[in-house]
Amino acid sequence: MKRASLLIVLVMLASMMAACGSLASVGGGDTTIKIVSSLPRTGSSKGQTDSIVNAIKQRLEEAQYKACDGKITLSYEDMDDATAAAGKWDAAQEASNANKAAGDADVMVYLGTFNSGAAKISIPILNQAGLVMISPANTYPGLTKPGKGEADEPAKYYPNGTPNYARVVPADDLQGAAAARWAQSLGATSVYVLDDTELYGKGVADVFEATAKELGLDVKAHDGIDGKASDYRALAAKIVAAAPDMVYYGGITQNNAGQLLKDIRAEGFTGKFMGPDGIYESAFIEAAGADAEGVYATFGGVPAEKLEGDAAKWYADYKAKYNAEPEVYAVYGYEAANVAVNAINTVCKKDRAAILSAVMGTKDFKGILGTWSFDANGDTSLTAMSGAEVKGGKFEFVQPIK
Amino acid sequence: MATMRPSAIRTVPWRLLGQIAVVIFCLLFLTIPFVEMVKAMIADPQLLARQLLIGVTNGAYIALIALGYTLVYGIVELINFAHGDLYMLGAFFSLSLIGAFSLTTETPWSIRAPILIVVLIATMGFTAGLNMLVDRWAYRRLRGVGSRMASLISAIGISFVFQNLGLLWGYLRFPFMNGVMGSNAVAPKSFPALLPSVNLFAGTGVRFGAKDLIVVGVSVVLLIGLYLFVSKTRLGKAMRATAQDRDAAALMGIDVNRTISLAFVLGGALAGASGMLVGLYNGTAVFDMGFTAGLRSFTAAVLGGIGNIVGAMLGGLLIGIISALSDQYISTKWTNAVVFGILVIILVFRPTGLLGDDTVQKA
Repeated sequence: MKRASLLIVLVMLASMMAACGSLASVGGGDTTIKIVSSLPRTGSSKGQTDSIVNAIKQRLEEAQYKACDGKITLSYEDMDDATAAAGKWDAAQEASNANKAAGDADVMVYLGTFNSGAAKISIPILNQAGLVMISPANTYPGLTKPGKGEADEPAKYYPNGTPNYARVVPADDLQGAAAARWAQSLGATSVYVLDDTELYGKGVADVFEATAKELGLDVKAHDGIDGKASDYRALAAKIVAAAPDMVYYGGITQNNAGQLLKDIRAEGFTGKFMGPDGIYESAFIEAAGADAEGVYATFGGVPAEKLEGDAAKWYADYKAKYNAEPEVYAVYGYEAANVAVNAINTVCKKDRAAILSAVMGTKDFKGILGTWSFDANGDTSLTAMSGAEVKGGKFEFVQPIK
Repeated sequence: MATMRPSAIRTVPWRLLGQIAVVIFCLLFLTIPFVEMVKAMIADPQLLARQLLIGVTNGAYIALIALGYTLVYGIVELINFAHGDLYMLGAFFSLSLIGAFSLTTETPWSIRAPILIVVLIATMGFTAGLNMLVDRWAYRRLRGVGSRMASLISAIGISFVFQNLGLLWGYLRFPFMNGVMGSNAVAPKSFPALLPSVNLFAGTGVRFGAKDLIVVGVSVVLLIGLYLFVSKTRLGKAMRATAQDRDAAALMGIDVNRTISLAFVLGGALAGASGMLVGLYNGTAVFDMGFTAGLRSFTAAVLGGIGNIVGAMLGGLLIGIISALSDQYISTKWTNAVVFGILVIILVFRPTGLLGDDTVQKA
């Protein structure tokens, strides 16, 4: 009988929680607008996403959580699309976040995601709800650009036909190509391409490979790695035998990039190692230990400490406020929130459709990254790219690349 | 307790048909790639030698983990799904101790070597004890009552518990651990490079580091030790008797529960040893490393014939070598498919594994 009563209590608790949930979605009237973000807040991406969330909060605090001359109150929720068990973003969690936001009548803007694979899941859900989504970090081209990904991309992400997704970072068709050109200018004549078989990683590695071939670099091979394998020693021996000047890894830190690099170095590879923005974070350097020294990474935009004008002011404010160096995507987190607040100010009403078209129609926007626009696909007109190298245990800016 | 012989009700010779299908498939699709592979092997014998050595080293620690599966299965017919995660906890435990002794690459060998041996023994003790407690608290209660499925499912549950323990372990920030857990709880933990990586075959074009030798050496010593223990000692004899017929063994005065505990202790100790070895060898430990390693090792145990100790060693070695060759000559993307494909092929011809025996000992 004890068990039965426990069960009843549990059921009652569960139904009470469900009731609270449905009450909450009734909402706070016409003057409250909620902005949510969905980013991997658990796992080793946390360093990056902490600084994105900080930057979003920074922008909202500058507006004092008000829009439209105080007529609208803004609120913000920081959602996690990672689970501890996965250690990185999780498809089911991202779907649940998107559904929650879509079902909450107060939510007018969805900021996210960090990983392109996660965006693939939430864009269609939010599209059907007519909710605008602004990503501070997705770089897979197929999410927005026709002809750059699979044949049915990007149309399949927008079931109701109206694009609802924009991103403030340049996509990987630019990054992968810039990386290949940089590799050549660093003196590499042969490369060995690896990827983590995820949407983002394989996408950027494919562009890198194609550009490298156009440039006349000798592409020794292109292999996909199992991000859960315990070691890559045999692959490393294969790479050493192929003797490339450079190994290019398209992927994220969370798919075992640190172990991969360790094994490649342990097998005696002394050439260069380059990766995209997916490894441009302190978690990668921690995972790879001393072997991280000299690793090259590319990313969209310019590093915070090199920013000029408004962005330089932002950088100083950020450091003063949070007493920490922002990671590379923080500035995009700020800019994404910036675009959202700007659109709400323009529209001045609580209307998903109006805010969506205001965001998508952003033209000649004076953001902290400069004056830029979204094109018809939702891509930023900014194309600045940077190259960095690990020196003394941290990434240091080397040069702008394109 | 009688088993129904499957052949008594079989009308269609499925196994024979399966075998014929496999042979035809191999001849049709695999002959040409196989010939190409052999050509590539002959073209660069040094690379082949290196890959074989990698395979042997990886195989050695896979065998250590596989033995844990096989020992437990042989005696209680339980597939201990938590075993891979026990290996992960071994790696975390040893890393914590390494931090506590503040071992670094600067520590002189005269101090480093004895401490590493102490850490190895302590780690083996830790995982052995943990495995024994799990048997006592979880599996033993379910033994003999209800279906075997109950123990199996509780083993999956224990696996989750262990994995989350590993996750929590990453949050530990005791000052005595000297910061070995890094700054991010969930991120992979870096082991200091404590084993020497001098190439023993320098000048030959083949790479075989001193640390590879240490991994193989320690594994072989433990494997031989276990083999001798099970085949020569009184306790080993008790284990074999219990595996053969638990009731009869009990009638002969063998304390069955203690003997089963012993299997868990031995398997746990080996898992701990390989956790530490792999940590030092690969240089990384992460809370979900037990899953992949466990899957590979379980496959090794099945390949060799689950319940058979020599079979598990052989299976581990084969899996290690096959993976290395597949990484080199096929593609890393295909390695899992190749490993499990070969498992399927072998099981079609020998359903009990390479060295598993056909005689039904238990019902």
